[in-house]
Amino acid sequence: MELDVATPSLDARGRVTRAPLGVAHPGDPDDEFGAEPMLVNLGPQHPATHGVLRLVVELEGERVIRCIPHIGYLHSGFEKLGEYRHYNQIIPLTDRTDYLSPMANNVAFALAAEKLMGIEVTERCKVLRVIACEMSRIISHLVWLGTTGIDLGAFTPFLWSFQERERIYNLQESWTGARLTTSLTRVGGMMADVPAGFEAGLRAFCSSFPKTLDEVDTMFTRNAIWCGRTQDVGAMSREDAINYSLSGPMLRASGVDYDVRKDTPYLDYETYDFDVPVGEHGDIYDRYRVRLEEMYQSNRILEQALDRLARLEGAPLNVADPRVILPPKSRAMSDMEAMIFHFKQVMEGVPAPAGEVYLAVENPKGELGTYLVSDGTAKPVRWRIRPPSFINLACLSKLCEGALLSDVIAINASVDIVMGEIDR
Amino acid sequence: MTVGPVGAVSGVGEVGGVSTAALSDRFGSAILRQAVICGDSIVWVDASRAHEILAWLRDTPGQQFDYLTDVTAVDYRDPERPLEVVYQLRSLPRNAQLRIKIPLDKTKPLVVDSVWDLWKGADWLEREVFDMFGVSFAGHPDLRRILMWETYAEGHPLRKDFPLRGHFTRAEQTRQALASNPEAHYSLEELSIAEAYDELPEDMRRRMAKGERGFVK
Repeated sequence: MELDVATPSLDARGRVTRAPLGVAHPGDPDDEFGAEPMLVNLGPQHPATHGVLRLVVELEGERVIRCIPHIGYLHSGFEKLGEYRHYNQIIPLTDRTDYLSPMANNVAFALAAEKLMGIEVTERCKVLRVIACEMSRIISHLVWLGTTGIDLGAFTPFLWSFQERERIYNLQESWTGARLTTSLTRVGGMMADVPAGFEAGLRAFCSSFPKTLDEVDTMFTRNAIWCGRTQDVGAMSREDAINYSLSGPMLRASGVDYDVRKDTPYLDYETYDFDVPVGEHGDIYDRYRVRLEEMYQSNRILEQALDRLARLEGAPLNVADPRVILPPKSRAMSDMEAMIFHFKQVMEGVPAPAGEVYLAVENPKGELGTYLVSDGTAKPVRWRIRPPSFINLACLSKLCEGALLSDVIAINASVDIVMGEIDR
Repeated sequence: MTVGPVGAVSGVGEVGGVSTAALSDRFGSAILRQAVICGDSIVWVDASRAHEILAWLRDTPGQQFDYLTDVTAVDYRDPERPLEVVYQLRSLPRNAQLRIKIPLDKTKPLVVDSVWDLWKGADWLEREVFDMFGVSFAGHPDLRRILMWETYAEGHPLRKDFPLRGHFTRAEQTRQALASNPEAHYSLEELSIAEAYDELPEDMRRRMAKGERGFVK
């Protein structure tokens, strides 16, 4: 049959015409089942690529010769947009980068802007931000756990993890009014204090959440199928993990005990009692163990933060600086001075002193860095996000080399990517 | 080439265990300027010796900057000011951070040496800087656009001379999108060895023939 095939890698008979780069044994063209490599396109619309990621996989039989990721389908130019906005107006953009942990992104940006402006936030604000970060870590890891389970054929843990995630989302919604576009922080404080009943709700979550994790642990950790699919698959050595600039659970699974919360603490993380799980083999199984343990540890941090929050009842939430924090609307409408500050902040923004700052936080996916350059105006010259999943995904080609096609799905899942952050 | 001041400079010397003095002793005039801004140590270095300096920082005991945190660039609003390529380095054993900045004169070709041979993590990061700022990295094995598509012709979006909505009108952008052939969405790497080579736009073939992206038919 004559086919007019648009795909450049197929000839008229629908066979692959392209020879792999660097492989010097082209198959016999007349052999129908010859040793020619096959080119498989995965995505960008494919549920197992976790977003609009496109992988071009070159296969010899079932074994992967090369895997080339293509990204950019979700590129929105956030960094460019940020150069046209005031610092507080950038916060809604950070929601949409790593959309599985929006609150942690809000905190990361606010911290960087505050460091640039030399603002020290209040105790209560710090505790609330820790709560926001750890809640985000739990929901992000729960999505990872559930979807990776599905990718490897386990459906039940998906239901468990999404059920637990829903409980955090309800709390998040009661606090911020949104499930995804939280925009929780402001430069110098928070958008809102926690509502009545929030602390009790989070305490109830913290007390029962480890039980669910125990169930997942029982289901997965010594499960023969799970171990068979994940152990020694997609492994990364310690040296390679550092050389490829991996961060977060990907780096720690390879045996590097680098956690921003411990090494360059922010938000008083050094005063919280928690452990950093570190893997040994750097394979998918170790990444799973690291993320599972991180959820237990996040739960511990949340409990400690709730105790502190109870002690800080009634303490101020935002910095007492009218140049940075908007006055209450009622005062802006009745008090001349408050109205002027309100007007100046909304119309002119808050200028940052000329300078530049890089601030890293430990996001669920890895080290989220915010690099801000200011020329003294209210809008940054450059707002750079160091996207952890972008850098973690860059090693996918290496991880997939020589793996089986079915392992590509598992390896890609284990990287824990979110395309909003990769493409920005 | 002038390197303008970047605001509040609080001092030069040691911060976070980073010995910037050792750098000036070793490389002399290639170290253009040092500063500590907002608590971060920053060293401006000359583009021609940047690779050598970065390799030295990585391998020298006492420096051990073994982890490349980030590669990015800054284009300032002042058009006279050089574009800067920024390397964020981190030393895991010493728990120290250092920022290396390479000023590039915008009237000359923007080229720096790739650090891909030092850190494999630089692969995509340098591709992104190439895509967004038009800085070429000599020695990079696969320097092509990463976030924008291969045939994107409007320029480099994060440059300050690039308008927020792009250079082309909306109508032109739509026309190009509708007129583009499906092959435009495959990478040059894939196309260079495929039959569709002959159907490629003329400018793309010319670029490939010149070996700009490292693949020649």
